[in-house]
Amino acid sequence: MSATTKNRYDVAIIGAGPAGMAAAVEVTKAGLSAIVLDEQPAPGGQIYRGIETSDEKRTKILGPDYAAGRDIARAFRDSRAEYLPGATVWNIDSALGIDVSLGQGSKHIQAGAIVVATGAIERPTPMPGWTLPGVTTAGALQILLKANGVVSDDVVFVGSGPLLSLIAAQMLKAGVKPRAIVETVPQSRYVAALKHLPAALGAASYLLKGMAMMLSLRRAGVPIYRDATGIRIEGNGKAEAVTFTSGGKSHRLETTSVALHQGIVPNQQVTRLLRCEHEWNKSQHCFVPKVDEYFETTMADVYVAGDGAGIGGAVAARLRGRLAGLRIAEKAGRGNAQERRSVTDALMREAKIRPLLETLYAPSPEILAPADETLVCRCEEVTAGDIRKAVDLGAPGPNQVKSFLRSGMGPCQGRMCGLAVSEIIASRRGEPISEIGYYRIRPPLKPLLLSELAALESEEAVPVDLADESAALH
Amino acid sequence: MTGTPMADLIVVGGGLHGCSAALHAAKRGLSVIVIEKDNAGRHASGVNAGGVRRLGRNYAEVPISVRSMEIWHRIEDLVDDDCGFQRCPQIKVAETEAELETLAKRAADLRELGFTHEVIVDQQELRRLLPAVAPHCVGGLASLDDGFAIPYNTTFAFQRKARALGVQFFEKTHVENVRRDGKDWHVDTSAGTFKGRNLLNCAGAWAGEIARQLGEHAPIEAIAPMMIVTARMKRFCDAVVGGCGRPLSFKQAENGTVIIGGGRRGYPDPKTNKSEMRFSQLRYSAETAIGIFPIMKSATIVRSWAGIEGRMPDDIPVIGPSSTHENAFHAFGFSAHGFQLGPAVGELMAELIATGHTNAPIAPFSITRFANS
Repeated sequence: MSATTKNRYDVAIIGAGPAGMAAAVEVTKAGLSAIVLDEQPAPGGQIYRGIETSDEKRTKILGPDYAAGRDIARAFRDSRAEYLPGATVWNIDSALGIDVSLGQGSKHIQAGAIVVATGAIERPTPMPGWTLPGVTTAGALQILLKANGVVSDDVVFVGSGPLLSLIAAQMLKAGVKPRAIVETVPQSRYVAALKHLPAALGAASYLLKGMAMMLSLRRAGVPIYRDATGIRIEGNGKAEAVTFTSGGKSHRLETTSVALHQGIVPNQQVTRLLRCEHEWNKSQHCFVPKVDEYFETTMADVYVAGDGAGIGGAVAARLRGRLAGLRIAEKAGRGNAQERRSVTDALMREAKIRPLLETLYAPSPEILAPADETLVCRCEEVTAGDIRKAVDLGAPGPNQVKSFLRSGMGPCQGRMCGLAVSEIIASRRGEPISEIGYYRIRPPLKPLLLSELAALESEEAVPVDLADESAALH
Repeated sequence: MTGTPMADLIVVGGGLHGCSAALHAAKRGLSVIVIEKDNAGRHASGVNAGGVRRLGRNYAEVPISVRSMEIWHRIEDLVDDDCGFQRCPQIKVAETEAELETLAKRAADLRELGFTHEVIVDQQELRRLLPAVAPHCVGGLASLDDGFAIPYNTTFAFQRKARALGVQFFEKTHVENVRRDGKDWHVDTSAGTFKGRNLLNCAGAWAGEIARQLGEHAPIEAIAPMMIVTARMKRFCDAVVGGCGRPLSFKQAENGTVIIGGGRRGYPDPKTNKSEMRFSQLRYSAETAIGIFPIMKSATIVRSWAGIEGRMPDDIPVIGPSSTHENAFHAFGFSAHGFQLGPAVGELMAELIATGHTNAPIAPFSITRFANS
């Protein structure tokens, strides 16, 4: 592995999590040139963040699933892929040219194929008080835990999903007892999920792990409130308490630290920028890029591997990365059909747990239909009520609402509000969300210095007619 | 669709010009249908830089622009919405003495034509108006009572007001063919046929095809002017600023974000309604912005985009009656500076359609100027 020297690669891989690392290993094994662009300083992605530098104690806290990332990172380091850490991809054009910022300026890279391995983000969780200081997401807490072992005590976890109990259990192992877990899973979901149990038994290890986590929390005396509704985070200028109803009683838990979580969803920014087609996945309750059996999108030579193609977990992410890599190699005449088939089989086994998880941990109805006064777009301070009013005025979709209210126009480019805005519009208009669609995503994908754009290596200026002022001034 | 929808006027295109003409026609008592292939304001009307300027216009456009400015100054009376309109100076900055001389000549020309809204400002006055301007800038040409508005909100407000006056909008409806049947126009669309007594072509970058079906030549080119918006910055600029020697359009919005345009063009694809950025060109806009406002060195871009606009070879629009058919009219090809003209052109088109006559000086904009090209 060496520092980048070229501008052209057979394959550019965006993201160095399990999918990106696995894809890099496969394509370079087949003799293709590859570059991996990643924002982090070291490989691992979100799931294996800090894997190369994690000491024994931290690795023990994070568990064997985390430790499994070590071998993946090592194989990646041993591969012939070029690796650019600290690299922020800010644009990809339709000819697969990539603009990437390296902090000290931008570089343009031309790729023959692209593997988008940018993973998942936490689902936006608009609820009363979610923007107060002291409120964070469970994922953000886990980043602290992985990056430097820092964890706060007194945390009240609110929401649902396997990650919620995982992080709570990891904190417990780290010696910091969470204050409570407030679960939003309605009782009826357990019944609905039952029918998926036989299939999930095919992936029994996941079920056992989940049960062990809950057991450890309960044994340690962490209060678990089930089927919580009417959740509000209260406080004057900062979080002071969480109030909710559970078991027919109202509760008020005083805390200065709240971690929200409602599952994870694909990070669509890159595939939306590229205008790949997306579809609504009812079971996962999110948009996913349309992909074929090899994870190629509707845009030729653009693949999306890992959770970005629909949530499948870390093991599936790695398999999908391998599969995409093998497919790219195959298209280049360097295929290994047998290996490809064995990866496909393993992926099918991996998928068995999903229907159960997706039924049980579907997002809470409350965050899908936030009250009028709840902030939805944090960057531009747009409430759910503002969005409903714009719809009532005739705004037909997220892009018109965005133009009208500026929701999604802030520095996060709609990552924090996009799904919620589409949900609110769909329900107000009484139309399926698949018809309502999502924000158009514009470059730069991440904020870019104007001076960095000005310093871009470039072609000659195309003359603009100054005789008429039209070009100069609108 | 049950039955054939009919109206006194069918407008093709739901941009600002289509919405404005529909609104004004409805005020004159006409029944109006607007057919739009996307949603109103999807392209140039909704995503332009929002400059509302008389400054620097082609001399032929000045009278209409001046009339439009009168409407803009009281825009709420027309559409019950302020459209985000802010009154402020528009200034073209001269970076050299030679540029200042060119601007001075223009101001003198306009005075001779009877227009006094463009005035020369010297270096000292320029600094007073633009404290953050680079030291090398020597002066400028200003129109002090111009301003800017929010493009999508403006087009949406015109659409809502038109709707309130009874105009019917058919969005996501694609016009396939226009034809004359007896005294009526038949407009075949993806949602069936519409019938109208009059036809108005406001189809922007797509208007050339409608003109062709009327047997008229309009060499329109689709362009994709690119724009940048920055993260919020401390207030430093209270005017809309343009370049003289190099293209620029620059303004700080009320919320502190800075919007930079300047005619650098991306790649339009009118067939798919999409456009693509061309950063290797947009870099020149960034360079010019930093050159004229050094404070922009520390600015951060959060988004960029390009709308699809129709441009005529001589950079002025087509406005007026069809040369081949009665009861057919054109208002398109505004060549990336039609936003300010929207209110007045809609007004004069409605007058022309309803009465067969207008006093507005539209002769220079006749489609016949391309008849032999």
